[in-house]
Amino acid sequence: MMSSMMLKRLLRSIAAGFLLILASVGVQAAEAGFPLDHMEPDIHDQASLQRGMQTYMNYCMACHSLQYQRFKRTATDLGIPDSLMLEHLVFDPATKIGDLMINNMSEENAKIWFGAAPPDLTLYSNLRGGPDYLYTYLRSFYADSSRPLGVNNLLFVNVGMPHALSELQGMQVKVCKQVPRLAANGGDMRDPLSNEFVTEELCGDELVARGYSPLEIVEGTGSLTSDEYDEVVYDLANFLYYMGEPARLDRTRIGWYVLLFLAFFYVFAWLLSREYHKEFHK
Amino acid sequence: MANIGQQFKGIMRWVDDRLPVTETYEKHMSKYYAPKNFNVWYIFGVLAFVVLVNQLLTGIWLTMNYVPTGEGAFKSIEYIMRDVDYGWLLRYMHSTGASAFFVVVYLHMFRGLMYGSYKKPRELIWVFGMLIYLALMAEGFFGYLLPWGNMSYWGAQVIVSLAGAIPVVGEDLAVWVRGDFNMSGITLNRFFALHVVAVPIVLLVLVVLHILALHEVGSNNPDGVDIKKHLDDDGKPLDGIPFHPYYTIGHDVPGIVMFLMVFSAVMFFFPDGGGYLIEHPNYEPANSLKTPELIAPVWYYTPYYSMLRAATFPLFGMTAKFWGLVVMAGAIAILFVLPWLDKSPVKSMRYKGLPSKLFLAAFVICFFILGYLGTVHPTPVRTIIAQICTAIYFAYFLLMPWYTSVEKTKPVPERVTM
Repeated sequence: MMSSMMLKRLLRSIAAGFLLILASVGVQAAEAGFPLDHMEPDIHDQASLQRGMQTYMNYCMACHSLQYQRFKRTATDLGIPDSLMLEHLVFDPATKIGDLMINNMSEENAKIWFGAAPPDLTLYSNLRGGPDYLYTYLRSFYADSSRPLGVNNLLFVNVGMPHALSELQGMQVKVCKQVPRLAANGGDMRDPLSNEFVTEELCGDELVARGYSPLEIVEGTGSLTSDEYDEVVYDLANFLYYMGEPARLDRTRIGWYVLLFLAFFYVFAWLLSREYHKEFHK
Repeated sequence: MANIGQQFKGIMRWVDDRLPVTETYEKHMSKYYAPKNFNVWYIFGVLAFVVLVNQLLTGIWLTMNYVPTGEGAFKSIEYIMRDVDYGWLLRYMHSTGASAFFVVVYLHMFRGLMYGSYKKPRELIWVFGMLIYLALMAEGFFGYLLPWGNMSYWGAQVIVSLAGAIPVVGEDLAVWVRGDFNMSGITLNRFFALHVVAVPIVLLVLVVLHILALHEVGSNNPDGVDIKKHLDDDGKPLDGIPFHPYYTIGHDVPGIVMFLMVFSAVMFFFPDGGGYLIEHPNYEPANSLKTPELIAPVWYYTPYYSMLRAATFPLFGMTAKFWGLVVMAGAIAILFVLPWLDKSPVKSMRYKGLPSKLFLAAFVICFFILGYLGTVHPTPVRTIIAQICTAIYFAYFLLMPWYTSVEKTKPVPERVTM
């Protein structure tokens, strides 16, 4: 039989092994992808959702349906009267307010035209884990003459979709930029005498890795300024975030009431249980 | 006016002469003596029952609007989410309930491991409990296909194709399970039948057996002492107290409310659990031509999924996949024989020796690590970690007859400690 001393030593080494394993699991946890620009969605900002829907119906709907949602539900949630919705945002006169938000592009044609059928976007924001993907994607198109439609996308490389919002944003091109060198402490490097930044020229992925955009808008090609365009994309992504789960509008509100009720109920449940607990010590 | 109480007694007498209602009520509720020293770990059985009722009720209502066909399933889920009044609530109660079920069942099982609730004379309770766990895994697996999202599809595809690793009959078996050469609407139909009819019936029967077996021998307790040894003059256990109303109201109701608060917090504010309760790729319909970047089962299966992937080399002329299947099945099968592996003279971890405590801790930590590893891409380092953890998982069981018999135990008190 093994002595208890040996047993203890064995168990101690097992415990030490565990800590090592835990530590290495933690290190492994971080994985990198293309950095997404963050946006804070606000589904209670009806004006933003309305502007987003306006952009969507004018620029996206022809190719990307919202087939799981009805016009009526969207009109109600966004505070748009049915008649205004039908007049300004529904382009097919045969469509009724209670219809699903489908379009007339056939999958067969779409495949011939773009190589792949444009996906339905009702749930796209959920699929991508939030609105950040759309917000970044729609601001990442750039001119690329090697592609059939003349554009490419930083986030979705070799995407088959044209830059549908190019008349608003204008065309971006890939550029190289003078940016501050990385200092040893991870900050921007400065010259110790003049206190000026010490710069270097970086291109493409190197810029992305340092947190700079490798794209620049060709002046005069778009009708909006860069900030205005970002707002348009924000509203659009916000609208699609709402579209992913319209129930979100009620969900958190009801959730607070439920939690408040349960907390209130708990007090009385606890007081009652205390009375019964007195019996335990008899 | 006749006394209502006496009228009621008359009715009950009439019924009792024909069906033992009062006797059953007394045996299982008002005269079922539970040890007085239950702690918070003794809430999870009741919570599992609460979640079971939640799953049954929300499941019935979901079935009213769900369409179990390859063409209609995904659409009908979104129909429930958008067009059915409070359909989103029913669905989230059901999807969050599935995860909650496994949370409380895992904690319930851990309680059993900690206090030796599986030891004689409670072996059958443990075995029925394990069958419930097995049925629950089957129920979750079948149910996960029903939304017909892309992760539903590929998750089921991976698991069903595992059957293909069994020599000789494997491929035919996989086709037989699917009812098709690939996952298809036919598979969906049969999984629907199994999820809403077959497995729930089995589950309910097993739950009844689990409770009947428990009430036959009485509940264990954190000290692992037998309360029937010390009876008062009426033959009632001195350390026991009637389950109803003292535990139902004095213990379970506040516990259930507390649980519902946690449950509601998740369900109303994080229903997809950051992609762990409802995985992101499940927001696009099943597509046999588009494999998700990372196929990971839902969190409650990931420890076993890790063990499956931990088998990386062929052995004795069998493929690594086959051995993975053996390891995974073995990991679950070994739980069934636990009552006969524990040779300790004491039940509760309170009085067991250090080796038992360390092995249990190692087992739990490994279960968590395996669970995490099952959600991420395998790398060489991760595979080695998974292999080590799988070995420790099995060591906990296989070495148990040894470490429980050589370790020094503490003296068990005569009566429960409060």
